[in-house]
Amino acid sequence: MKINAALIGSGNIGTDLLYKALRSQWINPVWMVGIDPDSEGLARARDKGLKTTHAGVDGLLPHIEEDNIQIAFDATSAYVHADNAAKLGALGVLMIDLTPAAIGPFCVPVVNLKDHVGKEEMNVNMVTCGGQATIPMVAAVSRVQKVSYGEIIATVASKSAGPGTRKNIDEFTRTTAQGVEDVGGAEKGKAIIILNPAEPPLIMRDTVHCLTEDVPDEEAIRESVNAMIADVQKYVPGYRLVNGPVFDGHRVSMFLQVEGLGDYLPEFSGNLDIMTAAALRTAELFAEEIDNGTIKLRAAIA
Amino acid sequence: MDLSGKRVILHDMCLRDGMHAKRHQISIEQMVAVATALDESGVPLIEVTHGDGLGGASINYGFPANSDEEYLNAVIPHMKSARISALLLPGIGTVDHLRMARDCGVQTIRVATHCTEADVSEQHISLAASLGMDTVGFLMMAHMIEPDQVVEQAKLMESYGANCIYCTDSAGYMLPDDVTARIGALRDALDPATEIGFHGHHNLAMGIANSLAAIEAGASRIDGSVAGLGAGAGNTPLEVFVAVLDRMGVATGVDIFRLMDVAEDVVVPMMDQAIRIDRDSLVLGYAGVYSSFLLHAKRAAAKYGVPSHQILVELGARKTIGGQEDMIEDVALNLLKQRNNDAA
Repeated sequence: MKINAALIGSGNIGTDLLYKALRSQWINPVWMVGIDPDSEGLARARDKGLKTTHAGVDGLLPHIEEDNIQIAFDATSAYVHADNAAKLGALGVLMIDLTPAAIGPFCVPVVNLKDHVGKEEMNVNMVTCGGQATIPMVAAVSRVQKVSYGEIIATVASKSAGPGTRKNIDEFTRTTAQGVEDVGGAEKGKAIIILNPAEPPLIMRDTVHCLTEDVPDEEAIRESVNAMIADVQKYVPGYRLVNGPVFDGHRVSMFLQVEGLGDYLPEFSGNLDIMTAAALRTAELFAEEIDNGTIKLRAAIA
Repeated sequence: MDLSGKRVILHDMCLRDGMHAKRHQISIEQMVAVATALDESGVPLIEVTHGDGLGGASINYGFPANSDEEYLNAVIPHMKSARISALLLPGIGTVDHLRMARDCGVQTIRVATHCTEADVSEQHISLAASLGMDTVGFLMMAHMIEPDQVVEQAKLMESYGANCIYCTDSAGYMLPDDVTARIGALRDALDPATEIGFHGHHNLAMGIANSLAAIEAGASRIDGSVAGLGAGAGNTPLEVFVAVLDRMGVATGVDIFRLMDVAEDVVVPMMDQAIRIDRDSLVLGYAGVYSSFLLHAKRAAAKYGVPSHQILVELGARKTIGGQEDMIEDVALNLLKQRNNDAA
């Protein structure tokens, strides 16, 4: 049975997520929440048969019970998220957080999704787009041998970086660096983001550098990286290793390209696509667990 | 050109842009020696940080000999009248770095973005302004957009609280008319109280000519570096520029003979290679490529056996911008693949 879900945020991310969720075997998107009555995203959601409100999360709260909403995706901003999380958490809704608020533990599905099951977590955070694209590669190296330093450079087309990211670019670098450590397994993490305005827009590029503590085991790392690429491709088909792994002393470098599916957002916005795909993948796993009774949602203690 | 009676603030780049040319390996002793000599020569503003600004320490850009904090703490107590500035690129450094720099005694912060991306600087500019710092918005690679677009971005930075806006020729691509158009448009559009600055690179030997054009069009802060120590073919050579300004009757407050000594006796002996317009630097200026790519491209060329100027041309064709040093190795690997395929 599908699990009913609400999408909070009717912008680009919310809309792309909606298109993906409509195809899901496990998630049934019921509500979309916005703050602007003239929002195109809300209109589009209504066209697809969703209920909508432009009164923010408060407009959704009275319907949680009657519509049996068990999962909510938050694609608003880090600042709004805390409030959304508190209100929905109190009603027992599991929150998939796509903002860089990082209230809950980080989730990069291909690396640690299974770790979250059974922990009765009410809020998981999807790190950042750069994190979703690069942390799997750091983890691919760190599962072979110790990584003392992991550094990622995410380059996205200017057109695919929204006002939220721009206004709070420090949150991106901080949260991503933290994810490189906590989920990627690097002892120390560093993240850099570049917005490139070239026309036609460039497809998202990501470079991952790891410094291994000992001499890198080239064969094992190559194998691990290739396996990880294939795992990410299961939910992001346009995830591709362009060059590498390059071995240079203790440095191991991977050069990636992330092309989106083009559901709602253009293909070059691989950064946004990998975010929505990862969020949906996470929700689907939780939905599966809710359905088979492995996890039971409960109201978080306020 | 009549500039007599004008006054400009000169800003030396040896210890920041020069870090690119030194692979970020300038020692603490060298930092102090250069900064002290510049201070004694009357240079009012000196930038000190990793070449890619605060927080630039990385595999991508290079790990420096010392941390930004160590450099700043070493240099600042020695300054008698010069102020120390620091560069910050949002996406690389954060407001945490900005606060650290201020705690070290940095009074001027320059928040640098690609020329079309000014809105990523709001967090940093507004914080610096609220802390009462001399707050500069620094629009890089400004040759890539039209003057009215530069104005649009500058106004954003001004609205966040910047009291000075720079038009930055990071690729050393501009010709004097390009500078005149951009600086003139900024001067017309910005608040008269907002200062305007110009930062040049010497890849087409236009550093001096462009800086003069900038002053004529209304700029009052000009970047240069003694002996040109900087990325690409270097910055506008400061001692040469001061000599020219002296002849033209522009007040700088800098002692030209002392500055010549700093160039000849302190900075030139520090250089790892001559700062000159070699083929690669010329390609930077000709193709409009970010000057800091130079040594990275030479290193990738040596490692993979592909020509460095070919790497730079490809980076230009890809419309790469400042900060995309990671694409240099990527391009080199692609060129290598292509050559192997052609041979097969």
